[in-house]
Formats: sequence, structure tokens, C-alpha cells
Amino acid sequence: MNTKLRVLCVSSSGGHWVQLKRVKQAFEDCDLFYASTEKDYSQSVIGSRFSYVPDASIRSSKLRILWQALCVLGVIIKVRPDVVVSTGAAPGFFAILFAKMLGKKTIWIDSIANVHQISLAGEKALRYVDLFITQWEHLAGERGLHYYGSVV
Amino acid sequence: MIFVSVGTQLPFERLIRSMDFWSEENPDKEVFAQVGKTDYTPCFMAFSEKLSPAEYTEKVNNADLIVSHVGMGTIITGLEHFKKMILMPRLAEMGEHRNDHQLGTAEKFSHIDSIVIVNSEYELKEAIDEHLSETRNNSVSTNVRTSPELINKLRDFIKTG
Repeated sequence: MNTKLRVLCVSSSGGHWVQLKRVKQAFEDCDLFYASTEKDYSQSVIGSRFSYVPDASIRSSKLRILWQALCVLGVIIKVRPDVVVSTGAAPGFFAILFAKMLGKKTIWIDSIANVHQISLAGEKALRYVDLFITQWEHLAGERGLHYYGSVV
Repeated sequence: MIFVSVGTQLPFERLIRSMDFWSEENPDKEVFAQVGKTDYTPCFMAFSEKLSPAEYTEKVNNADLIVSHVGMGTIITGLEHFKKMILMPRLAEMGEHRNDHQLGTAEKFSHIDSIVIVNSEYELKEAIDEHLSETRNNSVSTNVRTSPELINKLRDFIKTG
């Protein structure tokens, strides 16, 4: 019987994705799954399973955002994770939202790019996360924002 | 080779145009630009709208210098590969991003030896010329690692909460 924790890491492409991969070693005893908005990223997480989800952001059409949300939900139903981790942005928010609704453990690591305030998606995810991490010490303290150093 | 990258999410024509002009003035220098979705078509440098992760890594590996927006993807990848980077923040007032968070990121990373922040096309040109005129020893020894405390916290949290 496989008793390993199932961890699903979700983010949009680019910097969020690069940061998500830099906490990989925390999950080395786990069954690790990734989801992002770039199909080619499956190449960069060899050894883990990868799911593509469509790209969308706050500027996208409502239909596109809805489609992304449904695809993220599909990934969560398929993967059945114990824990969902995200660095942002929109697909990460949806993953955290649905995971929380399904009683899973949720972790948000706000992008290091957000120096002066936490990200918009992070703000929205805040009420659904069990552990909210900022990578800037001066942003930690209030509202359950924690700081444990950064990915660089 | 100078590798220019602006990410794939938003155009950054000011940087691409500047690098194209620089390439015109320096035809003996090899420049490759990942330009994203942009109206401006470079005439004097090789370019591609986007790169696969493997192509991106190859370009970073082969680059003597990275010129980019202040994106965390580039910064972290550049640090991981010990590359010198010249970074120009996107500005909201010029429609280059939704807000000015790249100014904040730029300020926070400007103390790293391998990173030079420039704020205009003129400063960009100056910084590249200065980089090229330096002795060939451009090796960078920036130590990048994920905070052990962060890794330990994540490890503990997923097991115990």
C-alpha cells in the first residue's frame, strides 16, 4: 500500500513556476504532482507527473477564467492530493480554493516579486490557505503571513 | 552571446527596441532575443517569440550576459547559472505592466554583484558597453539556495500541520 503523501504544486508560467520548483526538496518523500499553464513544462519536472491547465489571469475574459477554474478542479479530482502548494497566480488561487473546499491542506508561497505588498492572487487566497508564506520579512507578522526566508 | 528575455506574458517593446538598436551598432556581437508577443519586429538580432524550457536553458547556458526585464524567472535562472544580468524594470506608466512591482524587485535585488539595474535605454547601453569592456573574467559567484528554514517548515507542515 502506498502511504506517501500526495502533493500537488500548481502555478502559472514564468517566475512563479521557477520559484515553485525551488521548494521541491521539501517534498522528496512525497508523491509529487505538478500543474502549470505551459505544456512544455512537463520536460522540466521529469520524475513527477505533470498536468497542463489553460492560462488565464484577472485580465482574461470571464469565460476563460471559468474554463481555467474547471480545468484546475479536474486536476485536483484526478490527482486527489493531500496537500496543494502554490506560488501564484490565478491557477494557484483556484487550486487552493478547491483543495480547501475538499478538505485538503493548502500552502501559498507568495512570489518573491511582491516586495511591497502581497500579490493580488495571494490576497484572494489568504482566507483559504492553512499556511501563508511571504518571502519578505517586512511583510510577515499580521494576518497570518509567515516568513521563513526565500527561495533565493 | 547576449541573451535578451522579456518573458511571455506581456510585451516589453522598449527593451527589445533598445537591444535591436544596440545590435545595429554592434554587428560583430551575437544577440538572441526572446521577445514575447510584440508588434515590433527586430531587424538586427536573432529572435523568437517564445522558447521551450530546454531552449531557454540552452540560451542561458550559452550567454555571457543576460539582458532582461526584472522578472523572477530570469533572476533566479540567471543566479542558478552564475550569469551576469542587466535588468530593466517594466513601468506601469508606459503600459509595460499592471503595476510597478518590478521597481520594488529591482531595488531588492540591486545589491547582488551579478545584477545591474538600469532605468533607461541610455543606461542600458552604458551598462552593456561597460560589461563588454571589463576584463574577460565575468565569472559570478553568487550563492543561491532555498532557505533551509523554509524547506524544513514545509516538510513539517505537510506531515503535521
